[in-house]
Amino acid sequence: MSVRKILVGYIIWWLIWACVHMAIILYLGFSISIAASDSLWSNIILSAVSIAIANILRYYQPGKSTAWNLLFWSILLSGVSVFFTQALLGYLYSWNVDYIYFLKMALPIRYCISFLIIGCVLLLSWIWRTLITKQEEQERKADVEKIARQTELEGLRKQMQPHFLFNSLNSISSLVGSNPADARKMIQKLSDFMRYTLKRELQQMTDLEEEFNNLQLYLEIEKLRFGYRLNTVIDFPENFLKKKIPYMVLQPVVENAIKFGLYGTTDECIITIKVNEENNDLVIRVENPFDEETSNNNKGTGFGLSSTQRRLYLLFGRNDLLQTSATENKFSTTIKIPQDQ
Amino acid sequence: MINVILIDDEPLARALVKEYLKEHKEFSVVQECNDGFEGVKAIMQHQPQLIFLDIQMPKITGFEMLELLDPAPSVIFTTAFDEYAIKAFETRAIDYLLKPFSQERFDKAIEKWKQQNSSGTQNTSQVVSEVISMQPEEQNRVVIKNGSNIKIIPVKDVIYIEAYDDYVKIYTQEGMFLKKKTLSHYEQILSDKFIRVHRSYLVQLSHITKIEPMEKDNHIVILKNGTKIPVSRSGYTKLKEILGT
Repeated sequence: MSVRKILVGYIIWWLIWACVHMAIILYLGFSISIAASDSLWSNIILSAVSIAIANILRYYQPGKSTAWNLLFWSILLSGVSVFFTQALLGYLYSWNVDYIYFLKMALPIRYCISFLIIGCVLLLSWIWRTLITKQEEQERKADVEKIARQTELEGLRKQMQPHFLFNSLNSISSLVGSNPADARKMIQKLSDFMRYTLKRELQQMTDLEEEFNNLQLYLEIEKLRFGYRLNTVIDFPENFLKKKIPYMVLQPVVENAIKFGLYGTTDECIITIKVNEENNDLVIRVENPFDEETSNNNKGTGFGLSSTQRRLYLLFGRNDLLQTSATENKFSTTIKIPQDQ
Repeated sequence: MINVILIDDEPLARALVKEYLKEHKEFSVVQECNDGFEGVKAIMQHQPQLIFLDIQMPKITGFEMLELLDPAPSVIFTTAFDEYAIKAFETRAIDYLLKPFSQERFDKAIEKWKQQNSSGTQNTSQVVSEVISMQPEEQNRVVIKNGSNIKIIPVKDVIYIEAYDDYVKIYTQEGMFLKKKTLSHYEQILSDKFIRVHRSYLVQLSHITKIEPMEKDNHIVILKNGTKIPVSRSGYTKLKEILGT
């Protein structure tokens, strides 16, 4: 509701009420000029007091515990407004004995009506103000959160790539001399991969098919780099292709697995990626070989994993979406993606 | 002929160095290695005049590999990691090539090696031992060469370290290992879990069971395995401070 609409409604309401007021005085047998004057003055005073109250509430808002103050205010303010009305009308029509008598007799009724109206206005503006404040607060909070999230995600993205990128470029540089055709292929793959990582916001969702296609690009580049030592097994049901997944969430996890797999052992390294479903969550498990003796320090929270965990938290508000476990020679990372929209 | 060994876990990266080396006919690659383990063996066997060394490799890093070699060979680092740069210079590497690098940049590195070699500057060997490990993963373990075997000891398994001339004796449950390092080096990198109780002893706090007085002002600490270690006066002050007794 805009302020303008509220103001128009407020004025219309006062006009109607003034007419009713006038009608009652006429009904009681006073002349039309007296009825008009009575209605005009008492309602002008009353509405002025009400507007004053609404404005005061803009700057001072009683909390829940002090809300009963409003009651005292209404009692006090209706007294003030009735006092001024009586004084003014009594002065204007001091010659009319009938009217003065009527003013005196109707005092309690006038007071009650003033009290009701002022009380209502107070209550309504109080509720309205509280709602507005809350809304503003929420908007501000959401803004702050959004900005923080954006910057954080941006930061995460920047930290992810350079090592991989420079090593790939080095491999390409090597291939240019020995095998230009492969060099071209690798440039193509690297470009497609980079394009995918750059084209979107990290907040966005994509489907498993697209994410896997991209992962495939990444894996092909890594295989060119590491040769026979790196092997991958990917296993997931066809009907999962359209499942939703945050974009670029899988690659850092796989990158981490490859690092631990390749750097943790001098033998061949097989990375297994399996997709399942569990309680409406998409469950992706990435496994890599691991050697307890040399990897005692690698608790599996390399940069890739902690940033992924942070991302999943920012996106879904859950801290349990990334889990790792280690058996004697296998390290596995499991990520869950909630599917309910 | 100048013998060269390439140590990098990426075959294409090694191929690139070999290709760039073709411009320098006097160099010959005697062996290519996939990791630091192979590297140590190859270097001991061939005693190369120059090695090209990657840093992040399987099992042990290039830095850890260098620590095992005495004297250390001349090294040109090749890596995509910028953050290692400072450390590589601390190790007195000949040069530091950031992947991907050009033939021109590579030639410069070779030129540097030739200069150092002809001027007869005593390089690398002694400075390597002063390197302070910056990577957290390297602080969690100590790499040791025991004869021809390479052992990786998690820091948590180290009971205490004793100074021994130019070496330190590292005591673990499995026994004692020698390493050419200073005790101050370990005091610096292991500071939070270890305490220098004596000029010659660095002890892991969690292995201490009690402190006992020994004649006059002197004290000793008794470790879980029963070993008694002398405590100096300043060591005793530090112990009291840390253990809050």
